[in-house]
Amino acid sequence: MTGAVVPVVRIQSQDFDVAAEIARLTQGRADIGAVVTFSGLCRDEQGTLSALELEHYPGMAEAEISRIAAEAVQRWPLQGLTAIHRHGKIAPGDNIVLVVAASAHRQAAFEAANFLMDYLKSRAPFWKKEHRADGSEGGWVEAKEADASAAQRWKPSE
Amino acid sequence: MTTRLIYFAWVRERIGLPEEDVDLPAGIETVADLLRWLKSRGEGYEQALQYPDVIRVAINQEHVEHREKISGAREIALFPPMTGG
Repeated sequence: MTGAVVPVVRIQSQDFDVAAEIARLTQGRADIGAVVTFSGLCRDEQGTLSALELEHYPGMAEAEISRIAAEAVQRWPLQGLTAIHRHGKIAPGDNIVLVVAASAHRQAAFEAANFLMDYLKSRAPFWKKEHRADGSEGGWVEAKEADASAAQRWKPSE
Repeated sequence: MTTRLIYFAWVRERIGLPEEDVDLPAGIETVADLLRWLKSRGEGYEQALQYPDVIRVAINQEHVEHREKISGAREIALFPPMTGG
């Protein structure tokens, strides 16, 4: 048994390299049987969107994602966990968020990545503003009820 | 005691400030009290806090409910529901 896994959490404006992030968790070890990655990308909304501007709360963004990641490490037997969230202006087709979960078996890795994304969506202090392709002012993206209920399902049942 | 208030997204835009330091008057004990008081400070505040129920609040960078006491808070952030990920 290895020591407790310390999740990697990064908030950055620059892009990330998915393969490099997987390698960071798996390199030099042979006890990992499953790596699940989730990447969130910026859509162009049928050509109407020219960019998303991601505002964040510096300090709290790291702290909150770290709290969620620490909970994931407690709940699932993971060998590694990485969460990276970008901020600033992001063009359609570009990366916004990455979660990498590594475990001995696939179920824990799938569930932990899913849990992390569900919680991150409704609790990590980020806000998206749309820039429209026609140059008109875009609005703030509204939070979806579905994202809030997705997070609810991980609560222990009564 | 001075408290730093920080605003994000449309709360920031409507209030017209990213942050400010305020001396909270006596009687402001909870987050709900703070939102009520702020709302009376001018047109931008009124617009930002028109529906206080939707406003999310963090004290010292941790999420809190509106009934939470704010005594000792160095930093209180007000923002809309989050849309990251």
